[in-house]
Amino acid sequence: MGQYESWGGYPRVRQSAVRLGWRHLPLPVSGDQHRFYLPFGNGRSYGDICLNGGGILLDARGLDRFIAFDPENGILRCEAGVLLSHILDFVVPRGWFLPVLPGTKFVTVGGAIASDVHGKNHPREGTFGRHVRRFELLHSSGERRICSPEENPDWFRATIGGLGLTGVILWAEIALRRIHSPTVLTETVSAPNLERLFEHLLDSCLRFEYVAAWIDCLARGRDRGRGLVFRGNHAGDDSPTLSRGARRGLRVPLDLPVSPVKEASIRLVNSVVYLAHGKLSCPRLTDYDPFLFELDRIEGSNRLYGPGGFLQYHCVVPLECGKAVVEEMLGLTLTQGTPSSLGVLKAFGSLPSPGLLSFPRPGISFALDFPSHGPRVMRLLDEFDGILSSAGGAVYPAKDARMSPAAFKGYYPRWEALETLRDPRFSSTFWRRVTKE
Amino acid sequence: MERILIIGAASAIAQATARIFAAAGASLILVGRDPEKLRAVAEDLRVRGARRIETIALDAREYDRHQGLIEEARRFLGGLDAALIAHGTLPDQKACEASFDLTRRDFETNALSVISLLTHLANSFERQGYGTIAVISSVAGDRGRQSNYVYGATKAAVTTFLQGLRNRLHRSGVHVLTVKPGPVDTPMTAGLPKGFLWVRPEVVAAGIYRAIKSHKDVVYLPWVWYVLMIGVRAIPEKVFKRMSL
Repeated sequence: MGQYESWGGYPRVRQSAVRLGWRHLPLPVSGDQHRFYLPFGNGRSYGDICLNGGGILLDARGLDRFIAFDPENGILRCEAGVLLSHILDFVVPRGWFLPVLPGTKFVTVGGAIASDVHGKNHPREGTFGRHVRRFELLHSSGERRICSPEENPDWFRATIGGLGLTGVILWAEIALRRIHSPTVLTETVSAPNLERLFEHLLDSCLRFEYVAAWIDCLARGRDRGRGLVFRGNHAGDDSPTLSRGARRGLRVPLDLPVSPVKEASIRLVNSVVYLAHGKLSCPRLTDYDPFLFELDRIEGSNRLYGPGGFLQYHCVVPLECGKAVVEEMLGLTLTQGTPSSLGVLKAFGSLPSPGLLSFPRPGISFALDFPSHGPRVMRLLDEFDGILSSAGGAVYPAKDARMSPAAFKGYYPRWEALETLRDPRFSSTFWRRVTKE
Repeated sequence: MERILIIGAASAIAQATARIFAAAGASLILVGRDPEKLRAVAEDLRVRGARRIETIALDAREYDRHQGLIEEARRFLGGLDAALIAHGTLPDQKACEASFDLTRRDFETNALSVISLLTHLANSFERQGYGTIAVISSVAGDRGRQSNYVYGATKAAVTTFLQGLRNRLHRSGVHVLTVKPGPVDTPMTAGLPKGFLWVRPEVVAAGIYRAIKSHKDVVYLPWVWYVLMIGVRAIPEKVFKRMSL
């Protein structure tokens, strides 16, 4: 409470914050034209898109009310500070579900729109923005705009994936999907190398809605790129009901003085995880929560990385060169002595995102965590950007704390269209960094 | 079926408490100063499952409307099973030291308006012979400290008034609950530095809901304040006056 950091804990900036509590009130914007504002959700983006060094954050978590719910058609209108976890708590018992869910349920609706988040089911449902019917935007001038594909379509497109720069989203209307049970039928397949991991990943997408793969980034030689593919489908209404008791998960209760995430400990954990899974696990019925929200199982898991925080490199690569790029990047982490603590692969389908600066595009999504932001990792990631640029990929702003202006402008050539619609009093540490001349 | 009157319904603790009652299908009358805020809260509670919901805009210091307010609430809902008084402000202690007018205004909002409402509620609940009257006081009322004794004194007045009222209404079967939260992270306390003893309004709300259901007399929220305040009250005044609290 009272702390404003991003999930990765890097960078840290000096900024102040005011809370928004009521959607009918104007923004508390001062006359000082040199102070910038930035909406802040629940601080789950990793790098600096949610930070505003030298400026003021508009903490939107007080905008946490439902407005209307249509139980026949599954349309929910709620304020932008509502967490996806609260929406699930409310809609799941009523037979509805959010069609797109990121790896944590502790993000706000406003944040999910601003980063146009995706889930493990991108090939089926696309991004979060596809399911947003309309929303209201409040500008620093006091002007209000209702935005939808028909009304103010430019603002609609610029705000989805717009990194909070076009104004404050006050509320949004979301189209839910039907489910017959809160249970997911899941399987885990193990793959002894990268070749097989890709095969299983792509093949799983044909038969399963939710698919994600974990890579053991430290496995060498024959085992290079070994990993596990997790996949699942929503169960039908004939499936048995599992008890949904209040689970208390694990928690990292304090900030650790040094990080236990070192090469030896990662190697040990990875091997245990890999070997604990057989070739193909029996299909298992599990609650959607632990299956979809791996990251939320350990509360404060980001604290494991110690006071220095961590970096994530999350990119998308076109399918044709996906395996080659992933292989090259994995190889570089090992040869450069900058091991990655976590690697995750997903598939992105061809459903277009409505957002101007949305990250997902058809191909392979690849994310790597690094337990450091030292100069060696920084150099490695610049090298990654070089590979990615020539492959025609892109880096996810919501995870970024370091890409160069040139790299960003290459990945997002439409950035200037967002710049024209940016609220003149809004900016972020990220935006100032990547739009620098 | 529960019918509940909430005064100060736009406050963070009241909203969080009302959500629990709404999810259980209660009917609610929301009272507060700003009709726009009440409307937003009412929409939220309706979605969450409130059976009936009405809003009444009123400033707590409009004493002469208090009796009418309670009658109106009874008419709307066809009776009342519980009332929760949750409105309040956090006075600027330093400013109050320089101005009696400010101190008096805070006494009106935090103490006198509560006492006026309680006077009418007590008579109305005593006649019906059942129901719960719950009031949010504060641990700050347990002992005066230099950093917030104006606020503390208003809460002490409310706490003591409730003790007497509980004693009086016990015979008629009316339950009187004094809620004493420790520091809560709400818009009222937005300007204060937060320590590890701070809690979110949802935590206090869950405690209030449980205390109403189980007919507790006094509840410290979270419970650790029950222990802490035994310690704080036990310090001799001779020592206490030298401490910077």
